[in-house]
Amino acid sequence: MNPGIVSNLWLLPAVPFAAAAVILSLGKARRNSAAVLAIGGQIVVLAISILAVLPTLQTQGFRAVQNFTWFTFGQQTLRLGFVLDPLASAMLVMITLVSLCIFVFSVGYMADDKNFTRFFAYLSFFSGAMLGVVIANSLLLLFMFWELVGLASFLLIGFWIERPSAAAAAKKAFITTRIGDMGFFLGMLWLYNRSGTLLFYDAGHGCLESAGLAALGASATFIALLIFCGAVGKSGQFPLHVWLPDAMEGPTPVSALIHAATMVAAGVFLVARVYPLFSLGAINGVTSSLTVVVWIGVTTALMAALIAIAQADIKRILAYSTVSQLGLMMVSLGVGGVAAGIMHLLAHGFFKALLFLGSGSVIHGCYGEQDIRKMGGLRRLMPVTFGTYAIGMLALSGVPLFFSGGWTKEEILHATAHWPRSHAPYYLMLAGVVLTALYMTRQMIYVFFGNRRNAAEHAHESPGVMTVPLIVLAIGTVFLSVVLTPAWPWMDDYLTGEPAHFDISRFIQPMLFISLVLVGGGIALGVWFYRKAGEQDRDRPAEVDPLEYAQPALFRFLANKMWIDELYARTIVAFAWASARLSDWMDRYFWDGLVRGFAAIGQLFGVFTAAVDERGINAGVDETTIGARGLGRLLAGAHSGQIQIYLGVVAVGMLALLLLYAWLA
Amino acid sequence: MYVIMTPTLQLFLIVSAALFSIGLLAALCRRHAIFILIGIEMMLAAANLNFIAFWRFAPPPHPPTGVMIAIFSIAISAAEAAVGLAMVIAVYRHYRTTNVDQYDQLKG
Repeated sequence: MNPGIVSNLWLLPAVPFAAAAVILSLGKARRNSAAVLAIGGQIVVLAISILAVLPTLQTQGFRAVQNFTWFTFGQQTLRLGFVLDPLASAMLVMITLVSLCIFVFSVGYMADDKNFTRFFAYLSFFSGAMLGVVIANSLLLLFMFWELVGLASFLLIGFWIERPSAAAAAKKAFITTRIGDMGFFLGMLWLYNRSGTLLFYDAGHGCLESAGLAALGASATFIALLIFCGAVGKSGQFPLHVWLPDAMEGPTPVSALIHAATMVAAGVFLVARVYPLFSLGAINGVTSSLTVVVWIGVTTALMAALIAIAQADIKRILAYSTVSQLGLMMVSLGVGGVAAGIMHLLAHGFFKALLFLGSGSVIHGCYGEQDIRKMGGLRRLMPVTFGTYAIGMLALSGVPLFFSGGWTKEEILHATAHWPRSHAPYYLMLAGVVLTALYMTRQMIYVFFGNRRNAAEHAHESPGVMTVPLIVLAIGTVFLSVVLTPAWPWMDDYLTGEPAHFDISRFIQPMLFISLVLVGGGIALGVWFYRKAGEQDRDRPAEVDPLEYAQPALFRFLANKMWIDELYARTIVAFAWASARLSDWMDRYFWDGLVRGFAAIGQLFGVFTAAVDERGINAGVDETTIGARGLGRLLAGAHSGQIQIYLGVVAVGMLALLLLYAWLA
Repeated sequence: MYVIMTPTLQLFLIVSAALFSIGLLAALCRRHAIFILIGIEMMLAAANLNFIAFWRFAPPPHPPTGVMIAIFSIAISAAEAAVGLAMVIAVYRHYRTTNVDQYDQLKG
């Protein structure tokens, strides 16, 4: 019954993993082989992904699983499995295609790096782990790949390990996401305890199917929220978003991979995958767990969009925009628009990869400068980068009609507007749309318009190996707008499993005009407010941001990321330090004190016995000791201090005993 | 479609013996303290493999004793590895080297 592709899904993570292993064993000098292997692996998994999409397109609501037993423990059987359904296959194509573009781009971007091969091995590993997350049919298997994604991100964020800031950022990303994963793990244990299985779909017995869900009862809310903790960590939602902007310390292709195709998409994907847990017992599509998801998403989306306005690092602005867009996706999932959220995730994958690679091209062209205040006027010098970046910017701002981000954002707003519990998220999301348009306009003006400042003096366009992926991604971004158009909602229905109809009236909806006005207003406001950015304007010096000039206190608040890092440093980190110090003190004084107390008793006893010894027994023993000393000198020769010789003697002795035993028996 | 080799007890014991010997060789011949630790871990892994193998090939019924012992042993070896690494770090701070040939202060 299952198409052959389902039984071969394991190849998806296996091929990139194998490529990574081979590259690592090749050695540093084989740069070409490393790139060819990594890119070849991606082409193979892209082909497999396309093969995997075909059966899901033929049948509405297609779902095929391949389960197998991992191990049996007493009466318990632990089973894992792979699943192929529209959600997984749509993600597969997006991940493999975007990763392939990023891999090709990296050949150019990392050309001068001495650890080129290691980089490609890690990239391959990263992509394989993410593919594993997508096709896992067991929460446990998903969790394993999830942790591998975390490990890969740790390795790549800290790729330039010789920079202390990169090492710190990698640690921060790892530890912050681990806090969320702790919740995920607890949720998983609870789920297993309740339903007795971690398989998602298992012919009616899986934990997401009616029988499994029925066993959960009221605990579903808590399980869902615990699992959501994991998604909060991975997808950079408030309050665990702090690692994501710092992850910019990694090379730019890594940022693109983390922010578009792999790491952060995992969290949103996880919520979409276990959605039945969230929506169990929903009244009108509202449950308490989904309400939490909505408010976390709203907070994240708005906060990140505000912070993005005051950042100066080209990649940090994009990082905060990712945080904000992920919040938007969470809102969409929370209000019930699962298809809209996933479609935005797919579209976001393309245009965010495009923007990050574009920023990589800019940074490459400006010889490593990342401060947008030092750029300017690059549109003449880097025309291809400028054109593709503009497409990405318009898609991110949500300009409808020709750019994919517009339609999907529209769908999300539509879903949010119909949320029965409150209208506040809808209005806050509209504000978010204006802010997004505003900060992207600011970035465009700073980087590509105005006069050329220091870093832009000798900028140059990047080579073809970097611009071609940009063009491919730009085409993908525009092409997706055709695929995702609401007039022909096949993607929506493909994901939800209902038949699609072509309906031109859905093309033009009143809400479209609202968002057109908002996006247009946001861009216009940005152009008007930042038109002289980076230049002298009346009594404002060139290097001062217009917002900083107008509202210095507000700007400082935003530029310092609302002091959330400092807040964490003062509270959580300080608490950890304090408890570490307390343990240290306890160890030094309390436990050591006890030990010293016993030692003192022992000493006292020793003094007593010494007295007995001196007076009573010593005399005759002295003679013996002189003899023993001679023997000791003899034996000390064997005492070389070399631990390995001792170990060797033990091993030989053991062997001799064994032989003796064998001989005697 | 797949060629499946019938696993026998001997096969597992041979693998385990090989693992043990490789680990012993590493523990005896590597000069780097951390590699010695890794060698010891390999020997432990070989022992665990033996537990599981003997348990698996024992005549039924199968009370999960072999697995329990292996799990305890893995947990203990994790603790041992943590202590071992901490000692390596402490010794490294003292000697400024991880070459065990130079740890000879206990020479008689």
